[in-house]
Amino acid sequence: MNKLSLIGLLSIMIRRDLVLAMRRRADVVTTLIFFVIVVSLFPLGVGPEVDMLRKMAPGVIWVAALLASMLSLGRLFSADHLDGTLEQMLLVPQSLSVLVLAKILAHWMVSGLPLVIMAPVLGLQFDMTAQAIGVLIIALLLGTPTLSMIGAIGAALTLGLRGGGALVSLLVLPLCIPVLIFGAGAVEAVISGTSVSSHLSLLGALLVMALVFTPWVTALALRISME
Amino acid sequence: MVPWFAWSAAIMFVTGLYISFFVAPTDVQQSEAYRIMFIHVPVSILSMFIYLVMAGYAALGLIFNTRLSSMMASALAPTGALLAFLSLWTGALWGKPMWGAWWVWDARLTSELILLFLYLGFIALHASIDDPRRADRASALLAILGSVNVPIIYFSVQWWNTLHQGASVKLTGTSMHIAMQQGMYTMMLAVWLYAITISLLRVRSIILERESKAQWVSELKEIKG
Amino acid sequence: MSWGEFFAMNGYAWYVWGSFGMALLIFIVEIVMVRHRRTLILQQLRLTSDTEDL
Repeated sequence: MNKLSLIGLLSIMIRRDLVLAMRRRADVVTTLIFFVIVVSLFPLGVGPEVDMLRKMAPGVIWVAALLASMLSLGRLFSADHLDGTLEQMLLVPQSLSVLVLAKILAHWMVSGLPLVIMAPVLGLQFDMTAQAIGVLIIALLLGTPTLSMIGAIGAALTLGLRGGGALVSLLVLPLCIPVLIFGAGAVEAVISGTSVSSHLSLLGALLVMALVFTPWVTALALRISME
Repeated sequence: MVPWFAWSAAIMFVTGLYISFFVAPTDVQQSEAYRIMFIHVPVSILSMFIYLVMAGYAALGLIFNTRLSSMMASALAPTGALLAFLSLWTGALWGKPMWGAWWVWDARLTSELILLFLYLGFIALHASIDDPRRADRASALLAILGSVNVPIIYFSVQWWNTLHQGASVKLTGTSMHIAMQQGMYTMMLAVWLYAITISLLRVRSIILERESKAQWVSELKEIKG
Repeated sequence: MSWGEFFAMNGYAWYVWGSFGMALLIFIVEIVMVRHRRTLILQQLRLTSDTEDL
């Protein structure tokens, strides 16, 4: 194969992963349904009092997004690992980090992005204002890729292990807590009328840091798991 | 080496406790409850310090492939985790009479809780990988990643407006009563020596477990009998 | 201070002794666990060396 540019490699990988994901639409949809069900369980559990629901809403939606991300992480590398493609990827002359980044982006497009799209509907369930829902969407848009990226490190470290989703979650959730704090904080800020920009800019900063660091850390983790 | 550490730890504990309870005067604001400081501050500082040492050993093991470094990291983890738990426990018992709450979600408490989770994650990850080399390297990566949390805990009281008290001892000096200082430092030294002792004892077992096939192991008089 | 006052800690007895007590408990538990681990591994090694000698 001729020398591929960075963007060329990225787009090939992303397209490949998206095609593969589309062939298993059930997995994608399951995560989304899980997200919706978890969020809907809360009003049933704590009662329909509107004021309380409005206060809980940012936190509940964010925690559900976090859990749904954790759920779908198992799929990130496992299919390629099982059929040997992952080993081939390790041998590729181009940087493994780029391939990993492509996989994470594709993964986010099918598991994180649907959450962002679903969020307004759920926000209405909790009687959130349009303004709040707007901030929620932006916050999720900034936060869910970061969650996917941090999760990728966990998925790479636990490749092929028996522990399953619980182990990955135990490893990854502590690292994801800042995203949760600032993400939910942003929405709470808009609801209570205080400054949103600090939370959102911190979320943005976390996203940038994740973009810079996670691909090569994940690549390193993959090499550790595969040797 | 171990007996030296063990005895020093014991002496330090006795001295420290004596100072903490009998020499240090009663605090004006907090009455006798402040004495919890003599256990809370040492274990908290140590829980952070041990994490960094653990991550350091883990990094050495990852970079230089030295097995003993990784074994030291594994030996430190349970002690660190227990100290982090103790920090949260003693903190809660101090917080209840002082702030009126067992727990608040402020920056320092939350990040110490995250530290406990990081310790547990390290231990869990290492335990779930069968191949020792992969286990060492994977948990090393996790430990190194998590070390970013330690400065957060330490500086959290400066960066955010938190309920937790700020630093009483700075590089420029402190306004604390001298006996209180002595008590705190002695106890810190005591816990540190204890942690060294227990980790060295633990690593002995770890070495035996991992090197069980080696010749020198079967020559040990504890086993030859 | 009398012994009675010492144990009462000016009303904060539960908190102060609860803290130091838990610390003591944890240290003891840790020591016991480490010793137990050592006993276990030594036992196991003795077993395997015995069976190899056969």
